[in-house]
Amino acid sequence: MTDVAGDVIAIIAKKARVEKPNIEPGDRLEDLGLESLDAVEMIFDLEEKFDIQIPYNANNPRTEFNTVGEVVSAIQQLVDKKS
Amino acid sequence: MSGVHRVVVTGLGVVSPIGHTAADYWRSLINGVSGLGPITVRMADELTQKVAAEVKDFDPLQHFDDRQISTLDRISQFAVVAAREAIAHAGITIDEALSLKTAAIVGSGAGGQLTTDDSFYRLYRENKTRVFPLTVPKLMVNASASQISMQCGIRGPAFVVASACASATHAIGLAFQMVRAGQVECAVTGGTEASITYGGVRGWEAMRVMAPDVCRPFSRDRKGLVLGEGAAMMVLEPLERARARGAAILGEVVGFGMGADAGDLTAPDRDGMARAMDDALADAQLAPQDIQYVNAHGTGTAANDETETQALHQVFGAHAGKLAISSTKSMVGHALGAAGALELVATVMALREGRVPPTIGYLGPDPACDLDYVPNAARALAIDAALSNSFAFGGLNAVLAVRKFG
Repeated sequence: MTDVAGDVIAIIAKKARVEKPNIEPGDRLEDLGLESLDAVEMIFDLEEKFDIQIPYNANNPRTEFNTVGEVVSAIQQLVDKKS
Repeated sequence: MSGVHRVVVTGLGVVSPIGHTAADYWRSLINGVSGLGPITVRMADELTQKVAAEVKDFDPLQHFDDRQISTLDRISQFAVVAAREAIAHAGITIDEALSLKTAAIVGSGAGGQLTTDDSFYRLYRENKTRVFPLTVPKLMVNASASQISMQCGIRGPAFVVASACASATHAIGLAFQMVRAGQVECAVTGGTEASITYGGVRGWEAMRVMAPDVCRPFSRDRKGLVLGEGAAMMVLEPLERARARGAAILGEVVGFGMGADAGDLTAPDRDGMARAMDDALADAQLAPQDIQYVNAHGTGTAANDETETQALHQVFGAHAGKLAISSTKSMVGHALGAAGALELVATVMALREGRVPPTIGYLGPDPACDLDYVPNAARALAIDAALSNSFAFGGLNAVLAVRKFG
């Protein structure tokens, strides 16, 4: 697991109030109990943590970030693009 | 005057992104004119969001002298200009006797945000230690009602109602109840907002609910709301008073429903929306099938438009499919605390003129929004009764019912 993945999962775990080891890449954010406001707060935490801008619009939540793995890979791409 | 009165609208005033008078606003609505454009406020070039519906070319010097301007945030300038127009349109003179029996009840979600922004900019950006002397009385949330009271000589009940995006509808609803109950003989009421500032837009950006380009309520591929600003005011009077002075009666306010979700902070609630509509209809003694037009809250977000559609199905049953429903936010953006007043003016004019303003920017149906949203072009329609919906962050819902008069 890369550092980015670990940090992303830590942020998701904090928002979902779930222990980090219990989170799998295939877990759906919705199933972790992350509601729309949690997702918006999670995006903010991720942007602050990695100093990136995530083009996330809550109006098309169904097409972005369904699973933990999707969040990790999206953040990894944005971090790679930055460096 | 006491007892139960019929309440009529006798004057309208508007300052909007698509017209600085009620007549110009209405003309633009019917022609499907978009008020959206580039954001021009200080530091706009640093914003991610590039588009809003600003009131363009508004010159305060056309309406106020230098001394007055120094006391008026943009939000109060809009409010007073719209109130003066509504009073002039109604043809009333607020003399000594009427002054004491007239209310000024104004909705505003955010108060004097430009003054707040100026102060923060000086303190945190320019490292100054002083702010302008009238900072507090300009930015206080009640300033717009106070300024209408002062500038128009209104000495009856005057206050601001704050319920975010439902502020104006709550304000007009309260004014309606006061006139109906005989507590006042006249009310100047509506809403005002001027919160397009660097910090304000940053706040909305952080919510992740704004469309980057176009507001397309109820449409497929809608991307969210676009911020607006402006003011709309109206004069409400008891029918007998309006008749006695030979006033032109523009419409009748017949019902008001309001309630709270006690649920999520931002997610809309179908039952809460439906309950406010049900209550407005019951207050108006109207059946669902008596309604022909609904001016929807219709923000253009995925969540609102889908939930509002469900609520309309819940309230109207099979009749929902026969309603003309439009969101004028597609043209003027979301003016937050002013939205309900801009929308009630649109609704009253629709009744009066027999024409429904469109929902512009509509690309085609979303399966979750399966009603008739009057897409892209105004429509001639005889309307006897209509609803105007406002549903606020914080789960605060307010709905007004209006009827054609005569």
